Amino acid sequence: MLIETKKLTKRFGGNVAVNEVDFTIEEGKINAIIGPNGAGKSTFFNLLSGSYTPSAGQVIYKGKDITKLSPDRIAKLGVARTFQTTNLFEQSTVLDNVIVGHRLRTKSNLWDAVLRTKRFAKEEKKCREKAMEVLDFVDLTHVMNQQAGSITQEEKKRVAFALALATDPEVVFLDEPTAGINPGETEGLADLMEKMVKRKITVCLIEHKMKMIMKLADKIMVLNYGEKIAEGTSEQIMNDPAVIEAYLGGDASA
Amino acid sequence: MGSLLKNRGWVIGALAVAILFPFVLPNAYFLHILTLAFIWMIAVYGLNLLAGYTGYLSLAHAGFFAIGAYALGLLTVKTEINYWLALVLACLITSAIGAVVGLVALRTREHFFAIYTLCVGYIIYLVIDKWDGLTGGVRGLIGIPVPSNIGPLSFETPLSQYYLVLFFLIFTVLVMYRIVHSLTGRTFIAIRNSEDLAQTIGISTMKNKLLVFVLSTFFAGLAGALYASFIRFIGPDIGYITIIFDLLTYLLVGGIGTLAGPIVGTFLIVAVSQSLQFLQDYRMLIFGPLLTLLIIFYPRGIVGAYYDWRMKHTAKKVKRTRKEQRYFESETVDAEKKVKEG
Amino acid sequence: MDILTQQLFNGLTIGSVYSLVALGLTLVYGILHIPNFAHGALYMLGAYITLTMMLLWGVHYWIAMAVSVLVVGLLGVLMDRLVFHPLRNAPPIHDKIAAIGILLFLEAFAQLIWGADYRTMETPYGQVIDIFGMTATTQRVLINIGAIAVMILLYLFLKKTYIGSTIIAMAQNREGAHLVGINTNKVAMLTFMISGGLAAIAASLSAPINLVFPGMGHLVILKAFVIIILGGMGSVPGAILGGYILGFTESLGATYISNDYKDIIAFLLLVVILSIKPKGLFSREDF
Ligand SMILES: Nc1ncnc2c1ncn2[C@@H]1O[C@H](COP(=O)(O)OP(=O)(O)OP(=O)(O)O)[C@@H](O)[C@H]1O
Ligand SMILES: [Mg+2]
Repeated sequence: MLIETKKLTKRFGGNVAVNEVDFTIEEGKINAIIGPNGAGKSTFFNLLSGSYTPSAGQVIYKGKDITKLSPDRIAKLGVARTFQTTNLFEQSTVLDNVIVGHRLRTKSNLWDAVLRTKRFAKEEKKCREKAMEVLDFVDLTHVMNQQAGSITQEEKKRVAFALALATDPEVVFLDEPTAGINPGETEGLADLMEKMVKRKITVCLIEHKMKMIMKLADKIMVLNYGEKIAEGTSEQIMNDPAVIEAYLGGDASA
Repeated sequence: MGSLLKNRGWVIGALAVAILFPFVLPNAYFLHILTLAFIWMIAVYGLNLLAGYTGYLSLAHAGFFAIGAYALGLLTVKTEINYWLALVLACLITSAIGAVVGLVALRTREHFFAIYTLCVGYIIYLVIDKWDGLTGGVRGLIGIPVPSNIGPLSFETPLSQYYLVLFFLIFTVLVMYRIVHSLTGRTFIAIRNSEDLAQTIGISTMKNKLLVFVLSTFFAGLAGALYASFIRFIGPDIGYITIIFDLLTYLLVGGIGTLAGPIVGTFLIVAVSQSLQFLQDYRMLIFGPLLTLLIIFYPRGIVGAYYDWRMKHTAKKVKRTRKEQRYFESETVDAEKKVKEG
Repeated sequence: MDILTQQLFNGLTIGSVYSLVALGLTLVYGILHIPNFAHGALYMLGAYITLTMMLLWGVHYWIAMAVSVLVVGLLGVLMDRLVFHPLRNAPPIHDKIAAIGILLFLEAFAQLIWGADYRTMETPYGQVIDIFGMTATTQRVLINIGAIAVMILLYLFLKKTYIGSTIIAMAQNREGAHLVGINTNKVAMLTFMISGGLAAIAASLSAPINLVFPGMGHLVILKAFVIIILGGMGSVPGAILGGYILGFTESLGATYISNDYKDIIAFLLLVVILSIKPKGLFSREDF
């Protein structure tokens, strides 16, 4: 168990987006969160990555309470994520977009930059190499020097993966990584996630594509109106009456 | 690095022109105008680092320019300490006030930040205007000395002042170049691109934004201090909001978020203003709509438009070579297949 | 005591003007999320147009004001169409800069047409009258009555008419409004029209007790921003309340603290507010 949430809750005014959710993320597995639109999935991610502060409850990462930590501190501990909407800097090259991802593992500061110290040179190189390495991992070496604005939607998703991987994470949270991608390409991204797990990186993703999730995920949690209504393997989820009722509308093959 | 090599011709050319200009065209008036333009460029670079590379539009920078100018003016006139010490102190004072303002201002975002800084700028202006006892109020501050000698170097003549200001401009550009082309600069750009994303890749946004803010006020203060010792008279209006609008125009025309933008924009607008002398107070009749049109059609100014053009140009080339390569590869694959089959 | 009531009345008068300007600003912000820095220039033009109508053609004050409302309102619409509409999907820094460009242009334009001199506006309401033991010019009384009348009309328009309620709906949820079939473009134009009109009324009412010059909008617009942050960006009652609060604070501050620094009060207030609540006093998110 890598991450554990205890009665995690987020309220926006009167609206409870995430309601007392207990969940564990298993190390070295593909964990998935599913649920209808507005169920609170992205909010749950935002709580885990520190983008939102919880209204109540706790987040435990490797036995350490990270509930109140800022997002950058959490990232430094090895938690990376992508967003539902990919926002790359379109005027820069793909490589330039990814290099900054390793910034958190470097120490050089303004003086190093202005005085061009040895540390500066060493760390610039280190970040560049890291970026190349993760771009190779996601199979984007061939578009490395193109403007990020000019690549395809699927390639942009891969750049977002690469950026997250460049932080040297132990766990990555992927918010709807295959939204707006055609089925063939979805397969490729699923393979990529399995490849991450093989590299000992724990994956946790939000998805709407049921078939893919049922095949891919080792463990699934279902959210509905901010509450956890089921948790388990794909078989357990598919046969869970609460899930069929609330989410699949009685048709498990949807 | 690559971009410096690509632009080396431009850099060397501009530098040569700037250094040789006074000999080629020994005209006191032009020298004066150019020196002033260099001073504005320094301030615009400060603004560019913050607004262009980090995405925070500060409207308080005329105020920081004025703080730099008044700090130098007051230190040299009232305490008579050494000029160079005063210059350093002026920059430090401006940065220190910048740090305090930034600490609070940077908690706000977007519109709130713009409005907040606009108000801070106005407070600075009003304080300078009303605090007669310290600043001389509307009467202004006169008798600011020229920079004192460094060994055999004296800065009495306009020509020597020209080279002094040029030196500081080159210093500014060099520092900016090194910042922008470093992990620190990438960090700033990541914040401009998306603050939420920047945080989740482990960037402490507040710390970095504060750093940029202080840096940019440092350069605004430096420009202000140089202005004070060059013009040798300052009044509260150098802190008025019209100054920040001028700086913004220079930046936008040249290209916000580009390294050459501040020089190109400032030079162009100053030159055009000079040739449109008769317009003077009405120059905004042209520059106002220009600002608006630019932001709609060329949001990254002249330099940005040039980069886009060059980018397209090389992209085409890349595509062509890629096609050729692919053609080549497929041919070899075919050949291999044939070999196997055969 | 006498001074106090006099100052309270002054505060009410200043507050009326501030509220009208802030109302226009807050409506535009609510609908389009644009901090319209050019709003101060609309205010300034409002005063000039009324003045010109009166001086050049001898038109009566009220008719001149009506013309001014129309012209400035249309100018607002033009701004929306030509500038803000094309920029609706641009990064947030862009519309601010565009607005500043418009501001600079309009000010230079005013200076070109009317010169940089300070001018006075004479109205038929210069006589001094006595109310409740205070002395005031009829014009000052008119400012208060006029402003309050306009606010009531605006309130009725927003609450009681269909088109008014679409403005409110859109201010609350732009995408949602789009979905239920509101023509968002038309609502945006209408909002700019009203916003410009309000600025023209405010300027025409207050010009007789102030001066008319190209930079007359600077302080007013800055303070209007303070007001709408005070009252909640986009909130109509907030703009009115905030306007009066600032009016009273300033007139009392001028008497009891320092006349020189009275203009700073607003900005200090804002700096303090944003220091404590970076998203404004009434931000809807995250509480
Ligand atoms: N910053 C916020 N302020 C106010 N309410 C919010 C905020 N973020 C999310 N919400 C609300 O919380 C609820 C859950 O939203 P969330 O984005 O987490 O859903 P989701 O499960 O990710 O949906 P989708 O599948 O559409 O992405 C929604 O009702 C949403 O309106
Ligand atoms: Mg979501």
